[in-house]
Formats: sequence, C-alpha cells, structure tokens
Amino acid sequence: MRTLKFLLQKEFRQIFRDPSILRLIFVMPVIQLLILPWAADYEIKNIKLVIVDHDPSSYSQVMVNKITSSGYFQLTGYGQSYQEALVQVERDEADLVLEIPAGFGRDLVKEEEARLFMALNAINGVKANLGGAYLRTILQEYNKQVRLEWIQFPRFNPEPQIEITTANWYNPLMNYKYFMVPGILVLLLTMIGTNLTAINIVREKEIGTIEQINVTPVRKVHFILSKLIPFWVLGMVVLSLGFLIARVAYGIIPLGSFLTIYVFAMVYLLAVLGLGLLISTYSATQQQAMLVSFFLMMIFILLGGLYTSIDSMPVWAQYITKANPVSYFIEVMRRVVLKGSGLSDILPQLWTISGFALLFNGWAVYSYRKRS
Amino acid sequence: MNQFLSLIKKEFYHIFRDRRTLFILLGMPVVQILIFGFALTNEVKNASIAVLDPSKDAESLSLITQLDASRYFDVVEEVQNYAQIEAAFRKGKIKMAVVFPQRFGEDLRHVNKVQLQFIADASDPNVANTLTNYASSIVQDYQNRLVQERKLPYRIIPELRMLYNPQLKGAFNFVPGVMAMVLLLVCTMMTAITIVREKEMGTLEILLVSPLRPFSIVVAKAVPYLVLSVVNIISILLLSVYVLEVPINGSIPLLFFVSILFILVSLSLGLLISAVTASQQTAMFISLVALFLPTVMLSGFMFPIENMPLPLRTVSNLVPAKWYYFVVKAVMIKGLGVKAIWRELLILHAMLFFLLFMAIRKFKIRLA
Repeated sequence: MRTLKFLLQKEFRQIFRDPSILRLIFVMPVIQLLILPWAADYEIKNIKLVIVDHDPSSYSQVMVNKITSSGYFQLTGYGQSYQEALVQVERDEADLVLEIPAGFGRDLVKEEEARLFMALNAINGVKANLGGAYLRTILQEYNKQVRLEWIQFPRFNPEPQIEITTANWYNPLMNYKYFMVPGILVLLLTMIGTNLTAINIVREKEIGTIEQINVTPVRKVHFILSKLIPFWVLGMVVLSLGFLIARVAYGIIPLGSFLTIYVFAMVYLLAVLGLGLLISTYSATQQQAMLVSFFLMMIFILLGGLYTSIDSMPVWAQYITKANPVSYFIEVMRRVVLKGSGLSDILPQLWTISGFALLFNGWAVYSYRKRS
Repeated sequence: MNQFLSLIKKEFYHIFRDRRTLFILLGMPVVQILIFGFALTNEVKNASIAVLDPSKDAESLSLITQLDASRYFDVVEEVQNYAQIEAAFRKGKIKMAVVFPQRFGEDLRHVNKVQLQFIADASDPNVANTLTNYASSIVQDYQNRLVQERKLPYRIIPELRMLYNPQLKGAFNFVPGVMAMVLLLVCTMMTAITIVREKEMGTLEILLVSPLRPFSIVVAKAVPYLVLSVVNIISILLLSVYVLEVPINGSIPLLFFVSILFILVSLSLGLLISAVTASQQTAMFISLVALFLPTVMLSGFMFPIENMPLPLRTVSNLVPAKWYYFVVKAVMIKGLGVKAIWRELLILHAMLFFLLFMAIRKFKIRLA
C-alpha cells in the first residue's frame, strides 16, 4: 500500500509538472463542448431551391409562394433555363431545381393534369430523399387547394385524407443538443482516457525510465494501478466539468440521477483506461501507441451509436458494437439523461462494462513484463 | 541532392521498420471505407416499430403491411394501449409507434377523413425525425393510390430526377469525406509526431548540427508520408470503384492533382504543429482534438454546414478539408473540370502558402 502511495505521488507530480498537457486536458473538452454540439444538427432543412419558371401564370406564383413559406426550402433564385440552374447545383449553391413547364397553369385547369420537373442533387441521398418528400407533400397540399377552387364538393371531401399527427416523446421540442451534448461528453472522455494512458507507459519505455521502475521491487499490479488512478481522477473531473457546461450552456439537467451516471462512469473510465494501458504495454513507441489507439477510437466512435443509429447497421456491425464500450455509455447516457432510467434499468450495461474493465486491466497487468 | 536522398531513405527506414504502424497506416483507409460503406448510413433501416390498431380492418392492415414491407420499418410488436408503448420505449425495444383510431377504414371510406398518430422516441431527435418523415411518405403514397383510384381531376404530377446518385447510395457522400479524413490524419498527425519525436529524443539536434540544411531535414520527413498518402488515395479509389461501386466521373489526373494539393496543405499543417510543440503528447493532442474533430464535424460530410449558426459557418471556411471535400465531390462524382473548381483550388493554394510560410518561420534551428 505504501509503495502505491509513493508511486501515485510520482505520477501526480509528473502530470502537474507539465502544464501544457494539463491545460489541454481541461481546456480542449470545454471548447469542444461549447462548439461542437452546435454543428451536430442534421435535420434536413434549408434545402436550397432554384426555380425555372416558364409559366408566368398565377398558379405557378401561388405554388412557389407555398413552397418557400414552408420553412424547409430556401429560394436562392430564379434561373432562365434548366442548364443555368444546373450550374448552381454543380457549384453546390442549390440542391434542388424545380422546373415549371410553359403552360402549367393552363394544363392544370384545361387538361386536368399538369406536370412539374424536379431535379435533386442526390450525392447526399438522405437529403435528396427527404427534400423530394417535403416538396411532394407541399405540392399535394396545393393541389388540394386548387381542387377546392374548382370543384363544388359534396358534403364530404371526395379526396381521402389521412391526417398525421406526430408526438415526440422524451424530447418534445426535438432539441438534438439534449442528445448530442452528453454523447460528445462520452466521446471526449473516452478519447482523453484512452490516449493519455496509451502513451503513458510507452513514454517511459521510450525515455528509458521504465528500466528504473523495473529494477525496483514494485509489483506489477501496483505499477499499473499507479498509472490508472491519476487519470481516473482526472477523467472524473473532466466529466464533472462537462456536466457543468451542459447545465450552464445548454440547460441540460439529467432526468435521472447523477448518482446513476457517476456509478456507471466510474466503472466505464476503468475500462477505457485499461484499454489504453493494454495498448501501451504492447507498443514500442508513442507514435505506434497513438496510432493504434486512434485506430480503435475511430471504430468505437463511428460505431458508437451517436452519429448513426445502431439499429440501421448490418448484423455483423451490430456484433462489433457489442464489443464497443462507447456504445454502452452512450446508451446509458441517453436513457438516464432523457428517459430518467434508474440504476436498475441500466444494470445489464453496468455488468458488461465491469466485465470490460476487468478484462482490459487484468490483461494489461498480465502482459506487462518487467523483463525486456 | 545526394544528401537529401539519403535523408529521405532514412525516413523510409523509420517507417518500414515499424511494421505495426505501417500496417495501420495502410489499413486505416480500407477499414474506414468498409465501415462507412457497409455499417454507417444516416439512412435509418429496419427500425423496430409497434402498432396500436383497435380497428383491425382491411385498410389499417394494408397500411401496416406496407410499413412493414418497406425497408425502413419492422413491425415487431402489436400493443393494446399507450402504457405498453411506454414500456416498450423504456426497454428500448421500439423506435416508433403508430397509433390507429377506432374505425380507421370505415372513416376513410365514408367520411374521407381519418387521423393517424406517430409516436417517436425523440431521445435521438435525428432518428425520430427521419422515421416520422419516412412513415409520412409511406402513408402519403398509400393516400395517393387511393386518390388515383378515384380519378380526381386537376392533378399536379411531380416528376423527380435524382442527379448524380439515382440509387441514393450513402457512399457517394462519404467517400470524399473519408479521403479528407485519412489524408489529414496520415499527413498532419504523423508528420507532426515524427518531427517532435526527434526533438524529444534529441536526435534532431544531431541532424541540425550536420551540414544538411534545416529545411531539407524537415522536408525529408514529409516525403515518405506524401508517398504513403498517395498509396492510400489509390486504395480508397480502387475500393470505392470496385467494392462500393462509386464511379469516378471526372478526370483522374485532376483528382490526383487536387489530392496532392490537399496532402501538401496537411503536411504543412503538420510541420507547423511540430514547430510549435515540444512533446509528442502535445502534438498528438493538438492534431487529434483541434484538427480531427473539427474536420469530421465542420467539413460538411457528416453534418450539413447550412444548419450551423453563423459563427460556425464562418469558422468552417478555415477548415481545409471543407474545400477539399467540395472539390472531390465536384471532380469525382459530378464529373466537373477545373473551370468549376478554380476558386476552391485558389483557396487551397493560399492555405498551403500561408501554412508553409508560418511553419518555416516558426521552425527553430537553435536549441532553446
């Protein structure tokens, strides 16, 4: 126990002696949390629309007004021809070209049907798909309006109408920040934890100071623990700082209890730090350790369920996410912060992450060799 | 020149000797392309939904079948009341619930007006939004078919054309993004770290007292990463053409030209970082947190830039990857030529010269 105390003293001194790293550990997450959530809104809106109107009738005028006032579309201008409008799409200045053919209004009234041409930039398939759907809905509304003008309807509207109402539970204002901020906090915590520990032991290897530890009677467990605990403390501080920012800057107060989150976070941090240590014991240079941890981080973060839903992944990728600690914490955060789940609701995740923590740390202790 | 060549040779030895690093450097883009190509889509597929259908008539059943048959939804549960919906949400079993009224079909047939409710789990608002939109359009299609059956006059028929990507594949959007990410990572982070490593180990001192010019020492460090990056571009392009079936519509030499331009920008950024940092840890942190995350978030390939508040939109202009992303999309997918991208090329050139100038100015040939 005494050995551990001295080792811890050494580690803390080393951390506090390098203010630039310390500054990075604390300042970076703050800046990230203040900036990034603002960027992470991928609701499809502001679809840039360019209109080529060959039909100067009032029908097309009213229709265009209806489209632009819907809030989804942003009229960037009128084009003289389809070719001219297409140039705007090529320059990413427009996403959608709506071409109203000559005689649109006349056809609508006389021929009883009129055509419209839309061309969407579909490089971003989701945006194109939804943009098209929005526009079709608006056109349908307009269509209904035209019909009402011309047909004297019987008692009931002959056009079947399914009115859709939508309820958004757990986040009725659809504030994506409630979801993104805790998620980004998890990512930051994971990145800081894994990377710092990953390069820590390697650094001693590279500088050669690990030899000095190896010739002392310090036990392997003590050595690993002494590397683990300081970063664990730092991680908890970063987490608390993160929640403070979430509260002050975004007004996010978890529906569930902080206790649940902290209990989970304590175990989670052990797991990520253990992963870092494991990488460290296997690497020869800091560069190597960093690259390996970066590589794993990238997979963990992308498959973590924050940016894209795990349900839409293919089955093999869903299996990978089962081995991904990040996905468990993001799930837990979402449940506790937004749905108010308690400790008993997240027990399965807690057990799994404890398993990860034991596995990684045990493996790290085992694979750390005092002999070279 | 001879000296310079042997210096480059030394750097190549450094890289080839570390098999694990080399393996990751070359394997990273492959894994990324595969993950993005097959596992990551913003499109939500096979979302589990529940239905609450007290009417159970032909119309409601047909609508449920259509929801279930679409690739977006799987009807996994039939519930009897709202409490069961709530329970299913809490357990995370479903993402959305569709609630039919009593006598859905009857009302639709006779009154022509009926209400339908979607309840989405908005704890992930993006998914909730997408799901309700998909469901609405399925219902709308259903409604349209009914309208067509009744042959109503005064119809507006919209004809949609999907440009560039008629099958709406996600790959068209992210292949350019992955290219930017990989290049930035390999060039900026790795270059910064190797130089700082020599600083930390003290071997930079040995090089600096040699008759080699300081500038060529630094350039020699960057050359191998340039070569590696070109290899990576080739493998990304091969994978995307042959595995993901994303065509290269524009000129390949132009694509390589802009890629090399972007590589040079990233390398200069790496040089600049290495010039202002003293330890590998700091260099890594700066490249990771200050570069990588903003690149992912502000280049426009994950999140739409037009949705961001004005300050962020302004900042995004400083991210080189944003311009590269635009250019790659234009050349590779839209098949455009230099005429369409000269402005972006000019910006990238300006960035290159500025960063290189700063890096050379900040590079200290004397020890502190």
